[in-house]
Amino acid sequence: MKRLLVANRGEIARRVFRTARAMGIGTVAVFSDADEHAPHVGDADLAVRLPGTTPAETYLDIGAVLAAARSTGSDAIHPGYGFLSENAAFARACAAAGITFVGPSPEAIEAMGSKIAAKELMAAAGVPILPGATVTDGEALPDVGFPVLVKAAFGGGGRGMRVVRSPGELADAVASAQREAAAAFGDGTVFLERYVEDPRHVEVQIFGDTHGTVIHLYERECSIQRRYQKIIEEAPSPAVDDERRAALGAAAVKAAEALGYVGAGTVEFVMDQQGEFFFLEVNTRLQVEHPVTELVTGLDLVELQLRVARGEPLPLPPPLRGHAIEARLYAEDVAAGFVPASGRIHRFDVPGDVRVDTGYEAGSTVSTFYDAMLAKVIASGDTREQAVGRLAEALTDARIHGVPTNRELLVRVLRHPEFQAGNTDTGFLDRHDLAHVEVPDDVRLRHAVAAALAAAAERRQSAPVQPHVPAGWRNVPAIPQVASYDGIEIRYRYTGDGVEVEGLGGVRVWSAEPNGVDVTIEGVRRRIAVERVGDDTYVDDADGASTLRAVPRFPLPDAAVAAGSLLAPLPGSVVRVLVEPGESVRRGQTLVVLEAMKMEHSVQSPSDGSVTDVRVAVGDQVESGQVLAVVDE
Amino acid sequence: MPVLHSSIDTASDTYQSNRRALLDLLAEHDEQLALACAGGGERYVARHRARGKLLVRERIELLLDPDTAFLELSPVAAWGTGYHVGASIVTGVGVVSGVECLIIGHEPTVRGGTMNPVTLKKNLRAFEIARANRLPVINLVESGGADLPTQADLFIPAGNIFRELTQLSALGIPTIALVFGSSTAGGAYVPGMCDHAVLVDQRAKVFLGGPPLVKMATGEESDDEELGGAEMHSRISGVSDYFAVDEIDCIRIGRQIVADLNWRKLGPGPSKPADEPVHDPDELLGIASADLRIPFDPREVIARVADGSRFDEYKPLYGTSLVTGWASIHGYPVGILANAQGVLFNDESKKATEFILLANQTDTPLVFLQNTTGYMVGKDYEQAGMVKDGAKMINAVANSAVPHFTVIMGASYGAGNYGMCGRAFGPRFLFTWPNARVAVMGPQQLAGVLSIVARQGAEAAGTLFDEEADAAQRQGVEEQIERESKALFMTGKLYDDGIIDPRDTRTVLGIALSAAHGQTIEGRRGFGVFRM
Repeated sequence: MKRLLVANRGEIARRVFRTARAMGIGTVAVFSDADEHAPHVGDADLAVRLPGTTPAETYLDIGAVLAAARSTGSDAIHPGYGFLSENAAFARACAAAGITFVGPSPEAIEAMGSKIAAKELMAAAGVPILPGATVTDGEALPDVGFPVLVKAAFGGGGRGMRVVRSPGELADAVASAQREAAAAFGDGTVFLERYVEDPRHVEVQIFGDTHGTVIHLYERECSIQRRYQKIIEEAPSPAVDDERRAALGAAAVKAAEALGYVGAGTVEFVMDQQGEFFFLEVNTRLQVEHPVTELVTGLDLVELQLRVARGEPLPLPPPLRGHAIEARLYAEDVAAGFVPASGRIHRFDVPGDVRVDTGYEAGSTVSTFYDAMLAKVIASGDTREQAVGRLAEALTDARIHGVPTNRELLVRVLRHPEFQAGNTDTGFLDRHDLAHVEVPDDVRLRHAVAAALAAAAERRQSAPVQPHVPAGWRNVPAIPQVASYDGIEIRYRYTGDGVEVEGLGGVRVWSAEPNGVDVTIEGVRRRIAVERVGDDTYVDDADGASTLRAVPRFPLPDAAVAAGSLLAPLPGSVVRVLVEPGESVRRGQTLVVLEAMKMEHSVQSPSDGSVTDVRVAVGDQVESGQVLAVVDE
Repeated sequence: MPVLHSSIDTASDTYQSNRRALLDLLAEHDEQLALACAGGGERYVARHRARGKLLVRERIELLLDPDTAFLELSPVAAWGTGYHVGASIVTGVGVVSGVECLIIGHEPTVRGGTMNPVTLKKNLRAFEIARANRLPVINLVESGGADLPTQADLFIPAGNIFRELTQLSALGIPTIALVFGSSTAGGAYVPGMCDHAVLVDQRAKVFLGGPPLVKMATGEESDDEELGGAEMHSRISGVSDYFAVDEIDCIRIGRQIVADLNWRKLGPGPSKPADEPVHDPDELLGIASADLRIPFDPREVIARVADGSRFDEYKPLYGTSLVTGWASIHGYPVGILANAQGVLFNDESKKATEFILLANQTDTPLVFLQNTTGYMVGKDYEQAGMVKDGAKMINAVANSAVPHFTVIMGASYGAGNYGMCGRAFGPRFLFTWPNARVAVMGPQQLAGVLSIVARQGAEAAGTLFDEEADAAQRQGVEEQIERESKALFMTGKLYDDGIIDPRDTRTVLGIALSAAHGQTIEGRRGFGVFRM
């Protein structure tokens, strides 16, 4: 293996390059037009453009990827995760082109690609499975009992998944899942499966080599999920003791052996509160959460993948050592329902003794075309408590400016007593509404004061006249200065050594600079970091982070949005426009459907009325807040 | 440049009693400021707000760049006159879109923002400052015109408002009118004569005669909007350049107009380090004498005003009752003349004359720190030519062409007031500490002089001198002069640009110097510097 092309983007491309470089293997990146400035491009020795922006035009285009491999003389392709990583046709095409596909055989991929076939195979091999059945068009829906999980038979990542608890809702859920599956994977087949309440998601890392050896590298627990997507993963599972670990490992090895598995894979199980586990699926690729296994085994799983691909034998599995935990940092608006966010990242600092795998850096843009995961932050320690503490601390101290993130949510989970007690299951975030916890008012007020003082310092530093006159000086102090941010306004007066803030009292200002202030508020001296980018001010201190949007002092009179305007709730593309100007609509009627990331979002009429304007067409990319249509009551 | 040492004892009785007295005086001044800010009182303020209008100081705050300073001028003008304290108008120097402007705002909650003779005087003084320092003028207009019962003392001189506005424009000093309400009759000419006018929809009324007057004059039926509304003036008459949808919009447009002036100050700007004084300005309250019979060392003041407390003293061994020397404030170089022992003798007068000539040679602005009881009297001094020497100093001050700034930090009596650049000598700005006393002479001296003259008159006439009546009269005169020389009395008559907290002296002079650098800084030349 001389030169390795990574048919992927973002953090996983960078992750693979890192190991390849260390092993003396040349590296090749591919990039879509949306990724032309992405850091993974610069990390590789060579890079090839894949024209277009959508995944189908670029990272999913087998022909284009193979052409890139040929033009760069690559002799191996690592598919990463997602995209072509579990595409048997791609694995076959690589083989046909004489290129090593770093992954299992096309047959293994195929066998596990159909969840139905996979379960049959596993049942035959003696791996415990849940009852389930495929939906066949034109036939009655199969009965697997309730609750039932409806999901796409092909593909993964939670796309199209729905839980149905009563028979009346089943038909609609199946139809909807079929649509989404067809759109996302080109195959609308849907599978029904018994649903385990309050389950834990436990998975086992497996590895097979070309010499017939199959090993497991212990379990990972990935129960903390939002919308069926894992956000916190750890190894080992707090609910697995040595005995059950051995049982899980044995079942996983059995599964792998049934497949004649070569390379890295993951056998996913669902585990109930009593510790009984059932086979869920095999992911025939490197998982997003592989770093936690690396940190508790000391192995480099990408290196193992490449060695296996070169035909080398696997080492003996090392003993489990300590605890590791990973948090997935997403660009998203948590409070609005985990709506993916896009935009330019102005600052990206994650300090502390943690591993950060990321495809972004300060100056990068998060586009709407791909997954909005910004980074994986991974901490380890001798104990779970230590690892969790380190991760929470690093996330707390992180400064990520430019896009909203789920950082606060992650910290709240990590610091939640139930989580710390190890009482995790996939319903954790449904039980504990941590998504809607606001920054406390007193913290927000302090942050607004810091933002105002830093802004004043910035203005003083760039003042064209009177730069040495004290800020806001008055010989007739009649009216306070006002700093107005979205949702919070502070009114303050300058005193000799600080400011007097209405509702807060005296604030002693030790220093105020554009990038931060040193102040004593209510008896506590604090250093509060501030960064302003345009109208947004990012404030970070020991008590949390706020993003404050400045309210313009002088709104332009024509800037106000016309009444009845429907605004895009998030950035995305328009997939359906269901009305025309002049049409009468009822309250709640869907007018426009947006697709962003994996979700369809309906924009509905706020009232009965008539459509006076439609500003978008199918296929348009829209920004958050853009006017889609106007309804006149 | 040497750094001044301070030798004050903050624990001393003098320091402590000065401080107490100054704080009392400042509290008294603060009460008057509060009256000025209260406008026409709660009822009229509430009515104004109910109309959805901003108060004049709110308008100014919005107009100013955030976190910049505003130096309000003569905030308690009209004190003791019977008119509203503040004279129903707010004037001051503030930064708008990065440009130092002279802001003039009517106080609409006091008698509809109408103008009385003190309002006029304050308004004209603001124009004078704008003209001398080349500051763009922004008028925040909402005035019913003349306060009619006062028209006898107002009508004729009020023509100067129009004349000044047009002459400012001719000098290239921009004039802007932001019209928030009535601007009627004579007031209509303010937007009419400004370079730029912005009118607020449904609020601005700019007409020579309102509907009743028009009806009486010509029989024509009309309404406010047709005669002088913002829309009409923006679309039809062209009196308005910009139509503002509301007050906020009007202020936004005003700021935009200033931004579009591409304004350049003509002065050379600051050229020295602008570090804070080494000594604490807070101590000025204990330094300033509450009892003006006790002189204080002006170097202690300079040490709390000048950059880095640095001061290069000129002729330190000669004429020691007047301290002269070079310093800088906020980076602007200045020459400072400060009274030390109150009296100006022959040597002090000659030293001052030379120093003023030198400052004119180097285009250096001058700061006068007044604490003077006047030029020395007596046989020896008259025979030594006190009149000639005093005349030299007054001549130099009067004809000096660099900007002058005067701070009355104590006594200001007799011709000392003139020689140390009193109001009549046109300093760019003149501020007063609250402990100041200004009069032709001290109350006791003045009463005593009157008594002596009366006694001599009685003797010459051969009539009996009534000692009892004299004593009563002396006391009455003393009290009158005492009252009339108080800082509040002087500021009420607009003989200064305001009373300032001594601790703010550096900031106030910094703003004043910055404003003065709007104009070129050029000294008087012609003859060389005479060694007097």
